[in-house]
Amino acid sequence: MSKVLVVTSGKGGVGKTTSTAALGAALALAGQKVVVVDFDVGLRNLDLVMGAERRVVYDLINVVNGDAKLAQALIRDKRNDNLSLLAASQTRDKDALTSEGVAMVIEQLREKFDWVICDSPAGIEKGALLAMYHADLAVVVTNPEVSSVRDSDRIIGMLDSKTAKAERGDKMEKVLLLTRYDQVRAARGEMLKVEDVLEILSIPLLGIVPESEEVLRASNLGSPIVLSNPASAPARAYADAVRRLQGETVPMNIPVDRKGIFAKLMSWRVA
Amino acid sequence: MALALVPQPPLDGWLDELDGQISRAPNFFQGRPVVLDVTFLPKNDPDLALLAGKFAARNIRLLGIEGTEPNFSPPPSWNWPPLLSGGRPVGVSEVPEEKPAAEPPSLMREENVRSGQSVSFPKGDVTIIGSVASGAEVIAGGSIHIYGALRGRAIAGVMGDSKARIFCRKLEAELIAIDGLYKTAEDMPANMRGKSAKISLDGDKILIAPLD
Repeated sequence: MSKVLVVTSGKGGVGKTTSTAALGAALALAGQKVVVVDFDVGLRNLDLVMGAERRVVYDLINVVNGDAKLAQALIRDKRNDNLSLLAASQTRDKDALTSEGVAMVIEQLREKFDWVICDSPAGIEKGALLAMYHADLAVVVTNPEVSSVRDSDRIIGMLDSKTAKAERGDKMEKVLLLTRYDQVRAARGEMLKVEDVLEILSIPLLGIVPESEEVLRASNLGSPIVLSNPASAPARAYADAVRRLQGETVPMNIPVDRKGIFAKLMSWRVA
Repeated sequence: MALALVPQPPLDGWLDELDGQISRAPNFFQGRPVVLDVTFLPKNDPDLALLAGKFAARNIRLLGIEGTEPNFSPPPSWNWPPLLSGGRPVGVSEVPEEKPAAEPPSLMREENVRSGQSVSFPKGDVTIIGSVASGAEVIAGGSIHIYGALRGRAIAGVMGDSKARIFCRKLEAELIAIDGLYKTAEDMPANMRGKSAKISLDGDKILIAPLD
């Protein structure tokens, strides 16, 4: 039984694409057949984060318009055979997506893969709505800061009203992925605490991904962090999240990066 | 309920007054059933024959005539449907006991009101079993009851009910309003923030008091 999952947030820059790549790769490592689909038509990034930007020939829009077959547009990951990418078009805009076309593509992907992970664009317009429309499950990516939380709340409202599941009268399953979490700053009151975010959004927690420079390094390498640095704190957080997605009960903790004694004593600071 | 118009002689002066009323509230008579009470008009007033036409010209629809002799028959120019006659009196029929007035209308919502959502119910009270997020709003003709945190806007008594109130378990509102008077978060007492609260109107002042 395949599952369509949307990674969404409302706000931009909170870590949707990073999380899509990491969750997809972690699921693939667990032996699941996974495709990650970039819905950010016109501002595609998932191909870069997945390190496949030089292999894109056909994209989602080509498939939606019938210019290419799905099999031609799917890019299989070189590091893990279970993982595929369907890129977005960089030269078109969100209006190029049609709801019939997206429905057709999602239907075909459901037949081939265990997990279809849709990377939603920021915002609440057509692209975001089409990315979430066919989802069975939504991962709401949120940073511990008020504007991100409010935007996530808005998206949760749309997940409950503007998706195929909601239109059928079913309840959309939603889980929260708290990213860029800094325990020290939260304790100092400079960031919202986990409890604060959960109280406002009141959806179950999928995982807490700590703020880490490893995330940026992985993006620049073009490799999902769970592949490039599986021992890092964010990678372990994503791995735990994926075990929870698969129904395992994993105690919730916030992984920390293990630093050598030297790094513990001193670190480089700007100014 | 029908509105009764009671023309008084001289008819021209009375019609002028009526026109004045219509000019102040052009839609006042629109779609409203009107009963004509001719108690004060002499039965042989020559203007009586023209009266129906004058009402028609002002878009007033006559539903019935009152204050007439039992054998009154409207002038032919009124184009009035023939009166029922020759009926037999029947015994006082049993008037069915009037049903108790329906419960005051209210709207209940059993989930959170998310940012960007608006729950509006001008007919009466709104009850939210959940929270109202920042950027969400609840609008009610009557009172608003929130069994969670109020972080967005609550606007009560929108149809002009100054007795409407707002209740919430946790006051973190962006804006509260009752009968058009409002208060933004900035003007709310700091000691009430995060507390359960009842909010009411005293004259033109919004009172925020602890619920417990």
